[in-house]
Amino acid sequence: MPGILVIAQSSEGNIAPISYELLGAARQLSSQGAGNVTALIAGTEAQAKDLIAHGADAAIAASNPALEAGTVDSYLPAVEAALQQSGADIVLLGQTSLGRDLGPALAFKLKTAVAMDCVELKIAGGRLRATRGCYGGNARAEITWKAATQVATVKAKTFDGLAADASRSGSVTAIDAAGETRVKVLGVSKAASTGIKLEDAEVVVSGGRGLGDESAFKMLETLAGTFKGAAVGASRAACDLGWYPPSQQVGLTGKTVSPNLYIAVAISGASQHMAGMSGSKNIVAINKDADANMVKASKFAIIEDYKKIVPALIEEIKKLG
Amino acid sequence: MLTSAGFSPPDPLIRNRSAPRPACRRPSNRVNIIVCVKQIPDPETPSASFKVDEAAKKVIPAQGIAPVVNPFDPQATEAALRLNEADGGGKVTVISLGPDSARDAIKHALAMGADEGVLLNDPNFEGIDNFQTAVALSRAIQKLGGADLILMGRSAADWDMGVVPAGVGQILGMPVVTVAKAIEKNGNSLKVERVLDDGFQSVEVPLPAIVSVSNEFGEPRYPQLRQIMLAAKKTVQVWSAADAGIGADEVGANNRWLPLEALYVPKVVSNVEIIEGETPDEKAHNLAQKLRAAKLV
Repeated sequence: MPGILVIAQSSEGNIAPISYELLGAARQLSSQGAGNVTALIAGTEAQAKDLIAHGADAAIAASNPALEAGTVDSYLPAVEAALQQSGADIVLLGQTSLGRDLGPALAFKLKTAVAMDCVELKIAGGRLRATRGCYGGNARAEITWKAATQVATVKAKTFDGLAADASRSGSVTAIDAAGETRVKVLGVSKAASTGIKLEDAEVVVSGGRGLGDESAFKMLETLAGTFKGAAVGASRAACDLGWYPPSQQVGLTGKTVSPNLYIAVAISGASQHMAGMSGSKNIVAINKDADANMVKASKFAIIEDYKKIVPALIEEIKKLG
Repeated sequence: MLTSAGFSPPDPLIRNRSAPRPACRRPSNRVNIIVCVKQIPDPETPSASFKVDEAAKKVIPAQGIAPVVNPFDPQATEAALRLNEADGGGKVTVISLGPDSARDAIKHALAMGADEGVLLNDPNFEGIDNFQTAVALSRAIQKLGGADLILMGRSAADWDMGVVPAGVGQILGMPVVTVAKAIEKNGNSLKVERVLDDGFQSVEVPLPAIVSVSNEFGEPRYPQLRQIMLAAKKTVQVWSAADAGIGADEVGANNRWLPLEALYVPKVVSNVEIIEGETPDEKAHNLAQKLRAAKLV
């Protein structure tokens, strides 16, 4: 009996949103004939039950404290045990720090391949078919798997999680499997991020290389401050120049955001950046270049030097109250 | 085919710091680092110049835009050189799998200061996937006698999967640490500072190990003319698949583990409304009004 194994994950004791998104994706695949959905979480049985409420048919709580470090070595035996228990032939992980490492390691261990950062998944001819961006988002590739087990990581915010349904039921089991890790975690530090987390922000104000210098980010922070729940992001070019912390990078190699409003200031819209924010509901571009990619992708755009617009916009939005 | 049989990790060649130092450093005591680099189409290629041959499922090289070294790879080379400088010498071998032109990616690393290079070059490498690449690189690394440390960029900016370090790690039985921003060697282990989604993680890993390096590592050195001249004299071996012990059935686009079903450029439809105004202030005013009307503020 084939099926889908979802590797859920938690963040600071709570189930991370990507877990629900993976379950949303898995339910779609299940409705296309991919079999039952089993979720694995390094956590408690209560969390496992929550995953069932969000779409899993069965859930496995891996309770071994060794998993807390989140290393590949510790996780692999737990995932293999869950695979065996579920009989799944599809494994879905998030494109997160955990999934980025665990997906490939699991695939090579099982002698199969992995597709990273998928944005679309479907069942065709009884097998998984994945779509993902490549060449900095300039192209899209559709891929399948040669070996039986199909491992994929899923880009954050590309699938909708399902609302919790407490009436859903399914078996909850606990496993203790964990491996001895060769990589010892000495410590973890949070990125110094002021205010709201980029991925959770309803409004994101981002700046790029076109800002010309680091101090312009102060202006963007002031603009963000005029909105409720806004965060400041940056393009890779701006982060590489050291103008803003890498933790705030939006793009292919940074964060994926899909806020209600994305204000792109002096960002040309290289595909590498678009890959991280094209899911935004409303995009506003402030750019000197009317032909910039970002302008084309926007709902509203102002063609002007940002230095003349942003201070005025801050005042105008303050006036609106 | 993925067994590590026949591959025994080399004895740690790193000198134990507590042991008495030999009067004269012999080559066999040196830290042996392998850096894997890749040549890719320039990721700064303007979208308008980016074309795909959908039937062949291949990118059409943009006219007049030369391929470049994958942007994360010079950082891997930089990491190797800094480790050896801190350690008082060692050997850095650069491997690249690619067409003839990939020799330039190797030359760049040699000009930065790496010692020698190996180009894995075979018509059968055309169109292979990351699984096959990991197999091929692992074979080449085995043929070189293994390494104390294998460094790679965090991912290649063309396919952007970041899978090869994990693959080589599984095949060769070495621990893997990804997305490094700082690496420090203490005796027979490394302390690595990693970049996570929402912060940083510090880990310790015993050698031999594989580490993938991220852009946060810092600027790689820029080769000077003298070094470029010197690099021209350094050895670059060219190995075919057979030379490296890679079976014909293990490579080749027809033997992909991830068959490529389609490759295309997604279509973009623009519905932008350009906000007009006599002055910048008026434009800003009009935008604020539009945002209010759309309930975005």
